[in-house]
Amino acid sequence: MTKLPDGRFVDDAPYDPQASIQMLERQDLDAPNWVLIWRKFKQHKLGLVSAIFLLFSYLMLPFAGFIAPYTPNDRQSEHLYAPPQGIKLWHEGEFIGPFVYPTTAEADLITFQWKFVPDETRPLPLKFFCEGGEYKLAGLIPSNRHLFCAPEGATLFLWGSDRLGRDVFSRILYGAQLSLTVGLIGISVSFFLGIGFGSIAGYFGGKIDWVINRLIEILRSLPELPLWLALSAAVPSNWGPVSVFFIISIILGILDWPGLARSVRAKFLSLREEEYVRAAEMMGASSGRVIRKHLLPNFMSHLIASATLSIPAMILGETALSFLGLGLRAPAVSWGVMLNDAQNLANIEIYPWTAIPMLPIVVVVLAFNFMGDGLRDSLDPYTA
Amino acid sequence: MSILRYAIYRFGTMLLTLLVVSAMVFIIINLPPGDYLSNQIAELQATGQSAGVAKAEFLRKEYALDRPLWEQYMIWVGFMPGPHGFSGLIQGNFGWSFEFDRPVRDIVGDSLWLTVLVNIAAIVFVYAVSLPLGVIAAARSRTWVDYTSAFVGYLGLATPNFLLALILYYYGRKYLNIPIGGLMDPVFEGQPLTWDKFKSVMVHLIVPTIVIGTAGASAMMQRLRANMLDELGKPYVETAVAKGMAPSRMLAKYPLRVAFNPFVADIGNLLPSMVSGSVLVSVVMGLQTIGPTLLTALKTQDQFLSGFILMFVALLTLIGTMISDVLLVLLDPRIRYEGREA
Repeated sequence: MTKLPDGRFVDDAPYDPQASIQMLERQDLDAPNWVLIWRKFKQHKLGLVSAIFLLFSYLMLPFAGFIAPYTPNDRQSEHLYAPPQGIKLWHEGEFIGPFVYPTTAEADLITFQWKFVPDETRPLPLKFFCEGGEYKLAGLIPSNRHLFCAPEGATLFLWGSDRLGRDVFSRILYGAQLSLTVGLIGISVSFFLGIGFGSIAGYFGGKIDWVINRLIEILRSLPELPLWLALSAAVPSNWGPVSVFFIISIILGILDWPGLARSVRAKFLSLREEEYVRAAEMMGASSGRVIRKHLLPNFMSHLIASATLSIPAMILGETALSFLGLGLRAPAVSWGVMLNDAQNLANIEIYPWTAIPMLPIVVVVLAFNFMGDGLRDSLDPYTA
Repeated sequence: MSILRYAIYRFGTMLLTLLVVSAMVFIIINLPPGDYLSNQIAELQATGQSAGVAKAEFLRKEYALDRPLWEQYMIWVGFMPGPHGFSGLIQGNFGWSFEFDRPVRDIVGDSLWLTVLVNIAAIVFVYAVSLPLGVIAAARSRTWVDYTSAFVGYLGLATPNFLLALILYYYGRKYLNIPIGGLMDPVFEGQPLTWDKFKSVMVHLIVPTIVIGTAGASAMMQRLRANMLDELGKPYVETAVAKGMAPSRMLAKYPLRVAFNPFVADIGNLLPSMVSGSVLVSVVMGLQTIGPTLLTALKTQDQFLSGFILMFVALLTLIGTMISDVLLVLLDPRIRYEGREA
């Protein structure tokens, strides 16, 4: 405390009138990148909802067997092409919790179809945490507990049953396991190749750059689907479903990398001239280290955003291949395989619920698109 | 460098690309173990039909399938004399289809032109839809027009082609009496072109065009909208408005011209996916394009047939891309002739 000549007391500590304002901004500038990205991403409501939905869907995958009332190849031969059943709560004005009416199949001799007549006098309450068909939790732990299943003597087809009397709802849950992971595996392959080729081309330049660039241009100018078809026709038909699945996702990835490589290369070309790169090189860092430690982290987030935008193409690709019968094949369950049933118009007209698997496809693809858009918009936290 | 020289240069690179593509295609169609003829020979021997075996062996010799792979490739393309001198793709001999037991040329025949027709129709659709919608969405941004078109666009991107085909057929038949499947009335098949046939083809083209074009149109529309929005914020637009120009004239005269560039350039990126789409959609919708033939050829390992179709599809996209590149240079002299950075 100092006493000034005019008699006032003043604190010795240095005082900056701007400090309180700057502190706020400082905090913003010092915050790690992901905090800023997250803060901005939160404002993109559609993107946020989509991200939460996708997170939820992927977290569900290991527990598909638990949530599904049936196992994917469980046949109810008495109930072929059964229409969706509603779960009801009220029976004759009285609340008795979730239940279904048992249905019996009757042959309609005019249209030659099975008609399913509910017996509305006998409400059968659903069972929860009940024992049902065997499945493996997360593919490892064998179990036969289900979240809910059909009561004795009745069926539970939330979204109807298909040609062989299998539950469409359960199959969609199981199908998600393959259909959703195809994109992830494909995108890892594409990421690996794209970053590899793109960084080599951009960092070293010269002849390598020229060759890789031509390769990228050629691959980008070719129609993907016929090549996918040709490559998947080369998969031997005696392979098991799991290896076919892996090969298909790798095929999807192999043809996707050029776009990624192109943007990686463009970034490298501009970043290669930065001074910190030269500094790292002078200190004797190997090219690999410069690429991995100094260059890639600069735009990893951009790459992730663009990868999110190309996952839907792969999901659609898998669906198309399986739909044409060149992708995953029958004992495997994926959304494309299920849609094989909905291939002709007669089926859609008479049994519209066989086309239900298209709903999750459309929703997931939309969600990926919205999330990708949101991510892309929020990646530059420093610009307003 | 003049525009003509640029076009020639671009044509040259296209030929080189085609060469690389032919090698790739050849490798891909030879990936599956075995080939059609050796499968057939094995089958015939198992059932003890020696006459068929002799024929298959003869075909093997005839089409040089008994030689090493690289020689097969050279003969197929036409760089090396085969058993009958030079006769490969370059010389106009497309090979023999073992499955149908006819020359490839006879099998693909008309369907080549129909493939081109379907794709051109789809491109016209993409431009016809995305140009007005993109401009309106930008001019009336953040109104219901904008939101509706964005919503429809996103749905178009997210719905698999073949599902859209089924849905459109179903409702088109129910309410508008649009014919299902095929590219023309079966009566006209193999007939010379008449006015009735032309009409029939046009009516049958409606659904396939929409199905193939929707995804491309929505992508293009979003691109155009973003570009227009960028331009609309610029001072020259304000000047034009201030001096009292009618909004529609102002839009067409200034910002649209600037925003138009990527619109042409994008067709190069769009074309491959549209051609893929048309192959898939043709299979589902039973169009007489080369799509269904490709699928059967791939499944039966009919290598000359599938090889030729893959080459044709690649050629189609390469030509489209080349045309768009040349157009782009004509449209915007600022673009350097050496190539464009997209």
